[in-house]
Order: sequence, then C-alpha cells, then structure tokens
Amino acid sequence: MATTAQPLPGAGVTDVGQVAPPTPERALVRNLRTIGMVWLREIIRFRRTPARIVSGLAQPILFLFVLGAGIKPLVGQTSAGGVDYQQFILPGVMAMSVLFSSLFSAISIVWDREFGFLREMLVAPVSRAGLVLGKAAGAGTVAAGQGLILLIAAPIVGVHLSVLQIIEVIPLLMLLAFALTAFGIVIASRMQRMESFQMVMGLVVNPMLFLSGAIFPLAGLATWLAVVTRLNPATYGIDPIRRVMLGESDAAPLTINGWVVPIWTEVLIVLTLGVAMLALAVRSFQRTE
Amino acid sequence: MVVTNGTKAVEVDGLVKRFGDFTAVDGISFSVEPGELFGFLGPNGAGKTTTISVLCTLMHPSGGAARVAGHDVVDARNEVRSSIGLVFQEVTLDDYLTGEENLRFHAVLYGLHGGEIKRRMDPLLEMVGLTDWASQQTRFYSGGMKRRLEIARGLLHTPRVLFLDEPTIGLDPQTRVHIWDYVDELRARERTTMFLTTHYMDEAERCDRIAIIDRGRIVAIDSPDALKASVGVDTVTIDTADDVTARDEIARGLTVEGEVLEGGEGLRMRVPDGESFVPRMFEHLTVGVRNVNVRRPSLDDVFIQYTGRDMRDAEAGAGDQLRSNPMVRGFRRG
Repeated sequence: MATTAQPLPGAGVTDVGQVAPPTPERALVRNLRTIGMVWLREIIRFRRTPARIVSGLAQPILFLFVLGAGIKPLVGQTSAGGVDYQQFILPGVMAMSVLFSSLFSAISIVWDREFGFLREMLVAPVSRAGLVLGKAAGAGTVAAGQGLILLIAAPIVGVHLSVLQIIEVIPLLMLLAFALTAFGIVIASRMQRMESFQMVMGLVVNPMLFLSGAIFPLAGLATWLAVVTRLNPATYGIDPIRRVMLGESDAAPLTINGWVVPIWTEVLIVLTLGVAMLALAVRSFQRTE
Repeated sequence: MVVTNGTKAVEVDGLVKRFGDFTAVDGISFSVEPGELFGFLGPNGAGKTTTISVLCTLMHPSGGAARVAGHDVVDARNEVRSSIGLVFQEVTLDDYLTGEENLRFHAVLYGLHGGEIKRRMDPLLEMVGLTDWASQQTRFYSGGMKRRLEIARGLLHTPRVLFLDEPTIGLDPQTRVHIWDYVDELRARERTTMFLTTHYMDEAERCDRIAIIDRGRIVAIDSPDALKASVGVDTVTIDTADDVTARDEIARGLTVEGEVLEGGEGLRMRVPDGESFVPRMFEHLTVGVRNVNVRRPSLDDVFIQYTGRDMRDAEAGAGDQLRSNPMVRGFRRG
C-alpha cells in the first residue's frame, strides 16, 4: 500500500460550493443514468439468485401441467371455441407468473430497507422518481421475463403461435408487469417489515389471481363473481394476452353486459392504473420524516 | 445564506427535531471547520443519529437550521447530498453485487460516469486493500472488509464531509486499527472533513474537537485535551506499606482526602495537578512507598462528568434503539 500522501485524482477540488448548478439537460441525463443503474441492479440480482427463478416458475408449472391436465377432461372444450382447458389457462398462468414475480420484486424494497441499502439510495443526490422508475423498470423486466419463459410450454400444450403473436404478447406482458410492479412498490412503501409479506400474498396476490379470469372463463359467472372479476384490474391485463394468444373466438373475450371490451380499452385501463400507481409510489418515496 | 471562503463544513443553528411529544434534538448549535475530525459523542438515544439524519437530509428538522458545505439541508437537499459521504452504523451494501458493482452503483447515482468511475474507484479500492476482492460478491466479505468497502464508497464522489456513524462498531480490535489507518491516510491525502460518532474512547481521542450530546442538548464542546482539563482532576494512586497511615498523613499535611482501595489496591487521591502533588506528598509521608501512579483524566471521565454515564455503558444500554435510530422505521412517516 502506498504510504505517500499523494492526492487521489479529483482530490483537492473539494472547495466549498463545488456542486455545479444542475442544468435541466444534465438533470435529465443524470436521472436516466440512475434509472439505468437501478434497473441493472435488479437484473444482476435476479441473475444471481437461481433459486428465485426456479421457485417463481414452480407454481405456474404446477397450475399448467398438474391442475390444467387434471381438470382438462372434466371441462372438455371451453365455451366458444376449440381450445381445451390447458390451452385456455396458458395465458393465465403466464400472467400468474408475472403477478407473483412483480409483486415479489417490488416488495424486495422492504428487504432493502431492512438491510439498509434503501438508505444508500435515499441519500444520493438523485430524484426519488428516478429511483422508483428504475425499480419499476427492473422488477418489471424480470417479471415480464418470468412470464415470457412460459411460452416454451405453448407447443407442449398445443398452442401454436406465429411470430407476430409472440411480438404482440411481449408488450402486453410488459405492460402488466410494469403496472403490477408499480402497485407492488406502493404496497412496499406502506409495509414496515418483511413479515407482512405473507399477509400481502394472502389478501392481495391470491384474490387478484383467482378473481381475474386467469384460471376460468369470465362468461356465465354468478352475478357477484362477474361483478368482482370486472372490478379487478388484473382482469384487464390478462384478457388481452389470452385474446392475442388464442385468437378472439377461442379466448372468450371479456364482456360487460354483453359488450365486448376492446383490447385497446383494456390496455388503456391497465396503463392508466399503472401510471397512477407509479405516481403514488414516487410520492411515498418523496416524503421525508 | 452567504457562502464565503470561511464557510464551515457543518453549521447547525438551534436545531430541533421532535417525534410527536418526544424531543430528540432540543435546540443544538455547533459548527465544524473544514478539514476537521469532529467527534459527536453521547449515550444512545441522546440525539446523535437523529442529528446525522437531519444533516444528511433523511429527516426534516422541526426547527432551527443546518447547513452542510454551505448548503441548507432543507432548501438545497441535492447539493447537500452531493457534498457528503456516509458510512452508516449498519452495513448498507447490496450483498448480491460485487464490491466493484456496489461502487459503480454509487458512482452513477452521484453523477460520475465513463472512465471517471474507474479512475476514481481503483485507487480507493487499493487504499482500502480490496483490489483483489473487487469482483467478489460482498456477501462473501468479512465485517471489516464490508466496512472498508463502505468507506471507499463514501469517498467515491469526493465528498466535502464524510459522516462516520460508529464506523467500527462490532469489529474486532485489529480490524478497528486497520480502519483507522485508512482513515488517517485519507485525511492526509484528501483533507476531507470527518464527522464521527463513536463509543470508543481511543477513537474519540483522535478527534480535533468533540461535542457531547445528552438528552438532545450539547453539554460540552471542545478539544479532547481541553475537555479533559475541564474535568480538572488527576488521579494519583500510591501503593504503600500502610495505606491508612499514609491517608491520614496526607489528609493532615495537604488537606487531600484519599480513598483506601479495597484488597490492598493502594490509596487513591483526586488532585488538580498530579505531577506537582507527588513531591509535596513525599514531604508528609513517613511510610514506605512502593509505587506511584499519576493518571490524567480520560475522555471516559469527561463523559461521566457531563452525562453521568460511562461511554461503554452508554453503548451497552441500548434501550432506546428505535429512538436513536429512527431512520430504520421507514421513509413514509409523515
């Protein structure tokens, strides 16, 4: 180790008031770099935790190949078209994977808080919006990936997709992932301890999944169930994915009082809610004690 | 606000911080000169961490003002954040990132980019002796290595003021010595102002100046020597053939009340100037003296005098963990 007192590069310029006034462009670039870095951290962490990847896929695979295969003979052909139950729930199971992964990643903010890394981020001279956007982008990317990987199962259950269909599914999964991640960050900002995670899973994630049309068609339900499923935002994220993957006629599209809700309306609903959640998340980060 | 060449590194003016009915910081004022190693001591729950939280913009003050590197901690939060480095009590590294990735993350958030990051990072990694470990994930690091990495990280963006909140807590003595070697080298190289909290007397001893905070108020502030002098007494301990006789002779001749220690540990006296007392003491003693020990007041004595508690006891009595460490409770509290 060097013992001579040579100044390090950049040292000696530490005069008071060195902080240059940030110009709008510089602030923008700085924010973009922050988003990129926070995003990258999420990706790196995901890559280094193979157990999380595997356990994230376990439940969707159980649903698809065990529940799906078991129920298939009971159900026969679903509603309108020529898809069997396994084919019907494939898009739902992909959405399920996105749902679990988004909320889990977002809630890892609570870990960050318990382990102090959140503080390292909060004392940095960057906008809170940059931190939240980076987190949402990173967790959203991971979640969309966790959903997309299940496309491998498509040929196995007999869903044959064209390249165009796959290209359409990707942004829809990303949209769902982004909106759910934003929602998860809002939950995380209100959670003090990781122990509350079980409660969130039980009271938020599972009801959202079961009441979304991920695992059963939304047509011909009892009135209360029809109402609740249509109030569940996740419904509007999952339905377009199924319509793209199975085609309009086989997917049994979402209807409200007989009106077939157009895909773009569904997309707009999810996008609006996602943006609203994100705004809420940024706000909860901006508060200072 | 006037920024002049004489700007203080830290300037606190009547700072108050309340949590509901509880006043954690009760109108404190002090300043830290550029380049100073400033010690901020106090029992747990005295308001140390709360004060640091305000200074590093994690909390809003309830009253008063504070400036860091000339920037107001409320009005110019981002300028303050750019001007400070922080080493917290707890480890705040990402376990799954490598040492280098942790530093890069920090560098980008502080506005460094491109080759600048490496130019700045490499010598710092070398200084803290972690060059060979830079590509390992930090969950494989020892406690001391994590601390060193955090110190390097805190310095990455060339802060004006480095806050060290009990930087060596929980580390073994050898690691503590190493950390201080790095800190000393750093001060020599970069002239960084350091704001230190600690429960270790030897660390407090290194400070240029010390402030002692108790129950949200500053009860003493001065250099370690001046503080020790303010306690005003040296401790003289002698070991004699007959301690009781010695005590009586000294009491008669010099009007100093000694205390005979139990178990034949000798006779202890508290006097203003121990070194000049000893020769005068001999003029009055008829019993044989085997051993003389003169001890100057320690910072522990200072700490006890001003807070009524021992520095190490203060550490052990962590009954106010939450109060002393409100930042862990979350970012969403009104």
